[in-house]
Amino acid sequence: MTHWLIAPILIPLLGGILQVFMGYAPISLRRTLAIATTVLMLVSAVVLLALATDGSYRVYAFGNWQPPFGIVLVLDRLAALMLVLTAVLGLFCHIYASGGADEGNRQFHGLFLFQLMGLNIAFLTGDLFNLFVAFEVLLIASYGLLMHGGGSSRTVAGLHYVVLNLAGSALFLISVGMIYSVTGTLNMADLAVKIPQVTGNNLNLVKAGGMMLLVVFGLKAAILPLCFWLPKAYARATAPVAALFAVMTKVGIYAIVRIYPLMFGDDAGELANLGMDWLFPLALVTLSMGVIGALGADNLKTLVAWQVIISVGTLLAPIALGSEAGLSAALFYLVSTTWTVAALFLVSELVASQRGAAGDSIVTAPKMHHRTFLSVLFLIGAVAAAGLPPLSGFFGKLLILQSVEPGAEMAWLWGVLLIGGFLTLIAYSRAGSIVFWWNIDGHLETPEPMNNRVAISTGILTCLTMLIVVLAGPLSDFTRATAEQVYDNQGYINILQTPVHIPQNPLVGEIN
Amino acid sequence: MELLFALAIGALTTSGVYLLLRARTFPVIMGLTLLSYGVNLFLFASGRLATGQQPVIGTAASYSDPLPQALVLTAIVIGFAMTAFLVVLSLRNLADNENDHVDGRRETAPPPSKLEQEVSGK
Repeated sequence: MTHWLIAPILIPLLGGILQVFMGYAPISLRRTLAIATTVLMLVSAVVLLALATDGSYRVYAFGNWQPPFGIVLVLDRLAALMLVLTAVLGLFCHIYASGGADEGNRQFHGLFLFQLMGLNIAFLTGDLFNLFVAFEVLLIASYGLLMHGGGSSRTVAGLHYVVLNLAGSALFLISVGMIYSVTGTLNMADLAVKIPQVTGNNLNLVKAGGMMLLVVFGLKAAILPLCFWLPKAYARATAPVAALFAVMTKVGIYAIVRIYPLMFGDDAGELANLGMDWLFPLALVTLSMGVIGALGADNLKTLVAWQVIISVGTLLAPIALGSEAGLSAALFYLVSTTWTVAALFLVSELVASQRGAAGDSIVTAPKMHHRTFLSVLFLIGAVAAAGLPPLSGFFGKLLILQSVEPGAEMAWLWGVLLIGGFLTLIAYSRAGSIVFWWNIDGHLETPEPMNNRVAISTGILTCLTMLIVVLAGPLSDFTRATAEQVYDNQGYINILQTPVHIPQNPLVGEIN
Repeated sequence: MELLFALAIGALTTSGVYLLLRARTFPVIMGLTLLSYGVNLFLFASGRLATGQQPVIGTAASYSDPLPQALVLTAIVIGFAMTAFLVVLSLRNLADNENDHVDGRRETAPPPSKLEQEVSGK
């Protein structure tokens, strides 16, 4: 049993607690410590990625309780990929925030680190109820972060977000209760064993629980009937927060990928592939809705927020089809789209800061300062988001298109994805040409200064899409292996047999 | 006992959902509170309802499951904290927007009736 597994949870926890007690320390000290914590977290995530590449499952049993009796952390390729994705994103958002966005709230860094901790728990946990706790941890931190900066429009958007997520938590608890009442366990591996054995009336209880769980994850991932809270909340949040939230919808998608193939996979008897035939049409409608929203957006941040919904639809469609190739393609696209969308949020904020009163509205305005730098970043982000070659969004979408078997689904997916991609391109071209090219004469007299931290973090995050293209081979090999591992349930179930470490001389013996 | 318990959960959840759909923040908070009561009772019932049983397997023919109680405790703590946060947030909403509408809308004067319009027109 390796203790590395707990590191991505402990590091932000301890760093966050330190920040709580340092609210009145000089801001430069707080920033240094907070960013050092995020860097350490990234290091631990990379170590876990290196551990996970051998394809085995690593288990960390809290209190040395043999699974399924205690809570376990489970590390596999999927969890490691999500950890590194989040840690890289978290680091750049944190550097951006330390360029000035963190002023005005003494607890910003603490909340930011607790949010990262919640995300890491959600990715590592092997227990359904612990997943609920992880969701609550990351949500309560996100409530605080969403309010960061104040303002009455933020309060209203935040109120909707909080109420909706509390209702979602209630649904989560009900579905957990239903599944527990029948199976008597909440350990995911044990559930994968017990659910296929359920018979008779109990089947309907588990079915209802499973479907309600899908609603909860759908709310987190912002699938169509449950997605209208997202553009408002994300567009109102401060840029580094909105950029970090780009990974929050991916937690919902991660939960679907983790739970459904495992617990309701092909081996689940009557409950096999529960809900997946609902998910495919919903994903396509979500994609279309996102495109319509993007075309109608009147400011850059709203445009990017609808891009989040587009990418949710694009990701869930191949996942719902349940093929290994589809999941592999979706994971590749997930890495690319999360970083791209986050970078676009940061770019939008920078553009807003250089345009004075016009902000990030898509209107003509005096020429902005640093126009070349910002327009190049926006161009890179938009090309990657719309899925044009040569950037990573194109390869992600290409893999998704290739992964579908010929048939009705292929026609639907190709049609919606390609037309949607074209219309997204129109939305970005319109926004970009108005904001960057249609200028009225004159310059803004007093632009806000742009400091190095903000510029460098945005630049690097935007250019990560090029890094993905360079490393496309190894990354797609990794996602293929990940997809294989996700659909091979036996490996996950075998963690029940992991021997936990038992001390050589139990304390009880010594006392006697 | 099962019927009574189920009715109680049902009543709490229905009232909770009804209040949740109201337009003012105070009923919404009350609704969420009732909903979380209902959910907590439901979670408690997932270990089966039994009285006077031991929470240890093997000591008696039937036993009471101790795990749902641990789950309920966690859910209560989290629900309580979230409710406290929501109360503060809606107070903030009240202060920022000077009313407690969930959309932060300002009260507008009701449109003048037809009679009034005619009178003012003349």
